[in-house]
Amino acid sequence: MQITVLVLILALLTVSGYQMGRSRAAASVGGRLVELHSVPSYHGFYVALWAGLPALFLFALWTASEGWLIMRMVMSALPDRLVAGDPQTLNLLKADILNIAHGISTGRDVDPAVTAAAAHYNSLRAISDWSLLAIGASLAVAGLAYGRQCISPDLRARNRVERVVNIGLVVCSMVAILTTIGIVLSLLFEAMRFFSVVSPIDFLLGTHWSPQMAMRADQVGSSGSFGVIPLFTGTLLITAIAMIVAVPVGLMSAIYMSEYANPNVRTWLKPILEILAGIPTVVYGFFAALTMAPFVRSIGHSIGLDVSSESALSAGIVMGVMIIPFVSSLSDDVINAVPQALRDGSYGLGATKSETIRQVVIPAALPGIVAAIMLAVSRAIGETMIVTMASGLTANLTANPLDAVTTVTTQIATLLVGDQEFDSPKTLSAFGLGLVLFVVTLSLNMVALRVVQKYREKYD
Amino acid sequence: MTVTASKSHYQSEEFARRLRGRYAAERNFKIAGIAALALASLMLVVLLTSIVSKGYTAFQQAQVRLEVTLDKAQVEERNYTAILRQALYAQFPQITDRTGKRTLNELLSSGAPYELEALVKQNPAIVGTTQTVWVRVDDEVDQFVKGNFSRSAPESERRLNDAKIAAIDAMVAKGTLVQAFNTTLFSAGDSREAEQAGIWGAIVGSMLTLTVTMLLSVPIGVAAAVYLEEFAPKNKWTDLIEVNINNLAAVPSIIFGLLGLAVFLGFFGLPRSAPLVGGLVMALMTLPVIIISARVALKSVPPSIREAALGIGASPLQTVTHHVLPLAMPGILTGTIIGMARALGETAPLLMIGMVAFIVDIPHGLTDSATVLPVQIYMWADSPERAFTERTSAAIMILLGFLILMNGLAVFLRKKFERRW
Repeated sequence: MQITVLVLILALLTVSGYQMGRSRAAASVGGRLVELHSVPSYHGFYVALWAGLPALFLFALWTASEGWLIMRMVMSALPDRLVAGDPQTLNLLKADILNIAHGISTGRDVDPAVTAAAAHYNSLRAISDWSLLAIGASLAVAGLAYGRQCISPDLRARNRVERVVNIGLVVCSMVAILTTIGIVLSLLFEAMRFFSVVSPIDFLLGTHWSPQMAMRADQVGSSGSFGVIPLFTGTLLITAIAMIVAVPVGLMSAIYMSEYANPNVRTWLKPILEILAGIPTVVYGFFAALTMAPFVRSIGHSIGLDVSSESALSAGIVMGVMIIPFVSSLSDDVINAVPQALRDGSYGLGATKSETIRQVVIPAALPGIVAAIMLAVSRAIGETMIVTMASGLTANLTANPLDAVTTVTTQIATLLVGDQEFDSPKTLSAFGLGLVLFVVTLSLNMVALRVVQKYREKYD
Repeated sequence: MTVTASKSHYQSEEFARRLRGRYAAERNFKIAGIAALALASLMLVVLLTSIVSKGYTAFQQAQVRLEVTLDKAQVEERNYTAILRQALYAQFPQITDRTGKRTLNELLSSGAPYELEALVKQNPAIVGTTQTVWVRVDDEVDQFVKGNFSRSAPESERRLNDAKIAAIDAMVAKGTLVQAFNTTLFSAGDSREAEQAGIWGAIVGSMLTLTVTMLLSVPIGVAAAVYLEEFAPKNKWTDLIEVNINNLAAVPSIIFGLLGLAVFLGFFGLPRSAPLVGGLVMALMTLPVIIISARVALKSVPPSIREAALGIGASPLQTVTHHVLPLAMPGILTGTIIGMARALGETAPLLMIGMVAFIVDIPHGLTDSATVLPVQIYMWADSPERAFTERTSAAIMILLGFLILMNGLAVFLRKKFERRW
């Protein structure tokens, strides 16, 4: 509630700061605006920035540190017998306090000290919220007053405002970098924790995947095994099937659309591929599981083959269909980038259209097409929903497309869905898999993007 | 010298054969291209028809008409089940034994008493009177009425026994059991009972998530694109950012889910299953798409516009905010809508951050537990009941409807505001 009030106050102060700055700037030169260094609206923005920015920074810092600080204060006030435990029990205790403080029943008897701590937590929280409101509001008012004070005809308001905006733009463009760093760090950090339990060699070269870990040490079958080879063969099998479908169909569609089809036909054909590209993957997954899999199975039965109901074939075919528009639009780009002069030269020698395409256009566009296929492979490896819904969960080391296989992404999704404790090797192994997946797709993308770029420049 | 009447090389039999072969190859190549496109279109048609044919029935739901006597004592005890059952027995005076009555009981949806209770709460004056109400039937009865269960199968393999089928047939013949528009589908949250399950909760969750995504990714994305396209010096650092954005656009979506799990849930301690976290993850995911499309839009504004603005004394920032951005806006908007459509259909990263939970309530805020439309589809697709398959397909149709709407809007904007310089 206090936060809503603070946000409202800030918005109000910023808007009124803008108006005040404008009118004060105009008043300071008695209405002869040409005497101002900057136009009045820049003075307005200047005051508004002074009113809004410091309070906003305070707000961000406060909310980032609040929970942690309050928890420390609560923990230090707890009796020693509760606090003296290993980190795990401490975490449990913290979670209990938070739950009770938020009014969620923990479902077991709790120490009265913990209930008291929860009450303490809530009271500290209330104090913190109120003081944030008070300090934030007064900071905004002070900023407003200071900014207003600064206004004079010579104030270089435009330059200062523009500098702040520029810094804002740079910060925004860094979000992409921060995201990458965040991905790399979070994957590395959690994967390190996993690799401290399971050796990376066993992980990368093991041929048996069964991530079930026993809850207690004395339970039967207590050690899970984390060998990713079967997951990778499964991924590669499905990817290969998808490519067998997508590459010829996508490439031929691109060739037909860019070389044969007249503009009228193109305007009708392009949306079909665009719709295929726009269908969410979960829909493809549903289609693979409920339509394609029974269909493949019944065809297999009719010719006397034993097809698993979650065969790699059905998932692969549907994934191939999903990737057709991807391959076709990328190949379309590279085929169009081949200069017309090459085609004309070939026609001049008497080649037919298909001979020109096969012997001139495709070789000229080959690096780009290969890069497009690499991007498609990376897309197929990283695709999650189709394989989660239509392929199996058992890690079979097989190359038979009629068997059920599992993939890296399926395993990540199933390991992390639902409530798990965050520090069991089972959960952490998902981050190990994620790291491998990230490295593989990233290197494929990097190489492919570089090839595409280099190739585009060749004919410019 | 006499000219020999020998045929030229180009008229030889061998040449003609080769030429025929080359033309045949040409024809075959062209046919292969058409076949590829035909295959792609066929797959699209098969996909859409399989979903529509499975799902169109979900927009109807069988209901039974009952003459309920709202006895005061029973209402006070909140024994609505008994009220409904008595009304149902009244339609079958010939059934008096316990098994027969139990058969009748199973026809009604387990949610029917709550419907009646809501009706009474809404209008307490009807207590003590006899009212005609329509209540939902059990999902299996519903499926039977829609003809999705075979009658000819032996009784032991059927989901409904002969007694139930006889009762259903009698009611259909009397006109007390009919199909009506399925309002529950559009007004309820998730449920374990198919006839009480709806997608409204998921739609609200999707809207909340998408709002967060849009509020974050559009301003940040446009600002980043403006910086990179208009202000950034050409150096190693900006090259790095560019390569970064291109690579980020191709990172598998599930990796973003892992990021959200480790950073937003693990490090910052934000709540699980919340649209806030889902929106944050989606924002990071759509950011590269928006940056790339916004840069293309900015690039298409001719330099003469900038030069004219700079020439009359505008500062670089004024040039951008007063001239370049407004002119690039349609393009940016189109890219944004397409990015949002992608975020609306995305499932995998949301599974990682717990938006896959079973949630009955309609979410009201950004930190409430919620699910989104694609995840709802994923969860329903796992349910074995025929009624859920039907609802999954219906949910897919609605999701595709939203996507077509958004993409249509993007195409419309592009057509309307497109400007060739």
